[in-house]
Amino acid sequence: MNKRVVITGLGVVAPNGVGLENFERAIKAGQSGIEYFETLKEMKFSCCIGGIPEVSEELKLAYLTPLQLRNFTSSGILYACMAGIDAWKDAGLTFAEEEPFWDSGCIFGAGISGVEKMREATYKLDSGKVKRLGSTTVMQTMASGVSAYLGGIIGLGNQVTTNSSACATGTEAILLAYERIQAGKAIRMIAGSSSEHGPYIWGGFDAMRVMTYKHSETPTKGSRPMSATASGFVPGCGGGALILETLESALARNAKIYAEILGGAVNSGGQRIGGTMTAPNSVSVQRCIKAAIHNAGIQAEDIDLINGHLTATVKDPVEIQNWVTALGRQGKDFPYIHSLKSMIGHCLSAAGAIESVAAVLGLKNNFIFPSINCDDLHPEIAELIAKDRIPDQIIDTDKVDIVAKASFGFGDVNSCLIFKKIAI
Amino acid sequence: MNKTELIDALKEIAKPYIQDEEAFQHVTEATNFIDDLKINSANLVDIVLDVEDKFDILIEDDEMERMLTVKGAMDIIISKMDV
Repeated sequence: MNKRVVITGLGVVAPNGVGLENFERAIKAGQSGIEYFETLKEMKFSCCIGGIPEVSEELKLAYLTPLQLRNFTSSGILYACMAGIDAWKDAGLTFAEEEPFWDSGCIFGAGISGVEKMREATYKLDSGKVKRLGSTTVMQTMASGVSAYLGGIIGLGNQVTTNSSACATGTEAILLAYERIQAGKAIRMIAGSSSEHGPYIWGGFDAMRVMTYKHSETPTKGSRPMSATASGFVPGCGGGALILETLESALARNAKIYAEILGGAVNSGGQRIGGTMTAPNSVSVQRCIKAAIHNAGIQAEDIDLINGHLTATVKDPVEIQNWVTALGRQGKDFPYIHSLKSMIGHCLSAAGAIESVAAVLGLKNNFIFPSINCDDLHPEIAELIAKDRIPDQIIDTDKVDIVAKASFGFGDVNSCLIFKKIAI
Repeated sequence: MNKTELIDALKEIAKPYIQDEEAFQHVTEATNFIDDLKINSANLVDIVLDVEDKFDILIEDDEMERMLTVKGAMDIIISKMDV
């Protein structure tokens, strides 16, 4: 029989809160982490707002040694280490001394690593100074840097790897880790993802005109999922991590249990029937949601809350339509639905992990965080679901038993997870 | 720069990379960067870069291979500074 998999630790570095407590306080209050950045303006960005977690030099030293921080510019790896170590400690676990933890591993996703480092290296290379790159260029720019740093700090002896599937990365990482534990190949996994910050990551999106350019004066109003005036996403960054382990192991060591993962699914639309490199096809999105429900062994009507992908682009009504069709539920019968991106923007490869941390926190601590900046609900969405399905204030409730979390990414890839309040 | 000053300069350069504080307190010309100071071998290239910056010299690959000890590093630096 497959192992039951539970979540025993959480860690998060988000634009509106660094560390679990700050993050929980912020999302309960509907607090935005979006700011205006003069540097983006100077670099001629159309979108000059974004979300960057506030991390002091002193705080970095709580996670990495001065030697590790020497010539260290990879914000994605930093966020991964902070979120991963926090989650590990939150689960009541310690670092390995000599012998690694053979049954513990890590699947930690990234879109790209060390883009600042790569920029620095490129300048040196192009001026014939290859030797001046030093020893840290490879480890900070390899995609698997995020998992490699974490694996070494904690002493993980099971699979240590990095997945990458654009904005679906974090959700996929959790599913991959879940499947590994369920199959009996590991007892405990760190699952999550991070995303680097700044102009060298965000520039390409700005060039594609998919980010909003309308909110330089009103940054906290800029990220408007499901709103009639949504005008493109707001870029964010950060990291999120979850400790997944067998229910057996969690009970044996008397660990705090946040929630259970009932199952999930990933698929791709193959960039066919309307899907493209940058847009999901609705058929595959609906199939992914249905497959997750089937895999979790629940019914569509069991879902109490949807933690959507909902990026604040013109595609939000399409996503709602896909949920309506996949679940066969609409109007007042539709589950609650919200988007964390309303507060932290679109954290790209980190989105799925940070949003999953929020979903699990809500389940455990009996609240539904508000979806802000949606006072002017998009009329196409209003035709599909009742407005009160989108909380604009926190709802304190212990009646949410099952949350569905989905993420959709470039390349026409989809992932969906089903979390459940723990019942042993 | 006399020998003591040179050793002190090298100690300053090696300091961020060392992983044996005790051995670092007793650095002599015979001290081996990897075996004694427990410096990660990958970091030797960083030390070479720092030496290049500090003394405004260029160190070739074959010379770097001889920079495993404080004495080895001193010899290379002195020979470069004489030129």
